[in-house]
Amino acid sequence: MKIIARDRKGVEHVLEGNEGWTVMEALRDAGLPITAECGGACACATCHVYVEDGWYEKLKSPSPEETDMLDMALAVEPNSRLSCQIPINASTDGIKVTLAPE
Amino acid sequence: MNDMTATPIAEASSLETDVIIIGAGPIGLFAVFELGLLDLKCHLVDILDRPGGQCTELYPEKPIYDIPGIPVLTGQELTDRLLTQIKPFHAQFHFGEMAAALTKLADGRWQLSTDAGTNLVAPVVVIAAGGGSFVPKRPPIAGIEAYEGKSVFYAVRKMEQLRGRDVLIAGGGDSALDWTINLAPIAKRLTLVHHRDGFRAAQHSVNRMRELVNEGRIDFHVASVKALHGEDGQLEAVTLASADKKEWQQSANAFLPFFGLTIKLGPIANFGLNLHENLIPVDTAKFESTTPGIFAIGDINSYAGKLKLILSGFHEAALMAQAAFHICRPNEKLRFQYTTSSSSLQKKLGVA
Repeated sequence: MKIIARDRKGVEHVLEGNEGWTVMEALRDAGLPITAECGGACACATCHVYVEDGWYEKLKSPSPEETDMLDMALAVEPNSRLSCQIPINASTDGIKVTLAPE
Repeated sequence: MNDMTATPIAEASSLETDVIIIGAGPIGLFAVFELGLLDLKCHLVDILDRPGGQCTELYPEKPIYDIPGIPVLTGQELTDRLLTQIKPFHAQFHFGEMAAALTKLADGRWQLSTDAGTNLVAPVVVIAAGGGSFVPKRPPIAGIEAYEGKSVFYAVRKMEQLRGRDVLIAGGGDSALDWTINLAPIAKRLTLVHHRDGFRAAQHSVNRMRELVNEGRIDFHVASVKALHGEDGQLEAVTLASADKKEWQQSANAFLPFFGLTIKLGPIANFGLNLHENLIPVDTAKFESTTPGIFAIGDINSYAGKLKLILSGFHEAALMAQAAFHICRPNEKLRFQYTTSSSSLQKKLGVA
């Protein structure tokens, strides 16, 4: 399953995601500079991404816990998500994300 | 030889101990236990104002399931239990202080200086600093560094500093709301901005903030700060942008962004240690860095097969303690004992 990830320099990377992993894990596995301090516990807001090109609307809405944690992220936009809270599956094949500034 | 300046001696006011531990997270705390069993005394330095490191700062309420023998406990509970476990060893804590500089002394010991002016001297330094120092998140606004400490503040040290000023606060957590409420009576004008009309702060704080808005005593905008305007670090105005991309400028001469903390390696990068991708390479027999007397345990070290798990850090602490003993007590023989059977260990633990 594909993930298209744009880094902070604007370079696009096409990643192969494993079903059952999260987008954060795929970004980290590919060596992209995602901090993900808390390791995926939805506790730090350092895996913040923008979900692009209509993909935001296709995802399940963020949990109240994620919405709260996004308050601690910087430069939050309406399409902001924590990538540790986006599971990879058939419905996210081709998802496009941009790493938020840090 | 007439080169006394190259071989510094300890500051007169320095505190002497056996082991200096940088970081009071779970691994630093357990290191106190392992060192304590060997009669080695410790001082710990942590930039946070309480023990626990990431466990209490990032996930105090989150369950941890992989501590051997404890099926489930939270980050706060783990910290509390470790504190109970190390109580017999009377470690000295220096909270709210950043380990700033490390100097080798003429007598072979190390001096660690903190940003608060504390000087610690010991033959052994253990770096158990996780990912480094917790520091406030800096909003990605161009040129913000120039204003920091003059008109942009990540913490309020003296409220009086903000009396009569035109204050802008950004954020939606407890710090943002608490300071909005506390500064409203003394600021000339106070504006709170947050990216949504919802808050993760305590409900009573949110209610109080909304009352202040309704009474016309403060302003609240669903917006974010896009640009800062001013000269020589003195803020004069800010550009705000709403979610629908409308931008406007308003005056402000103090800006308080509250987006929580993040982890940066910090001054450890300047300790003169061998670093690899912000980690400290160690050997796996002693967990000593390539600098003799400087050990690294927990998330901050690296070696073949390293796993960033709390349980790995516990193991590393035990082996480090054995090696530290030989440095601190070069003329003594180390007696390996079990807490189950050794009456001398039990006496140290206060259970015999």
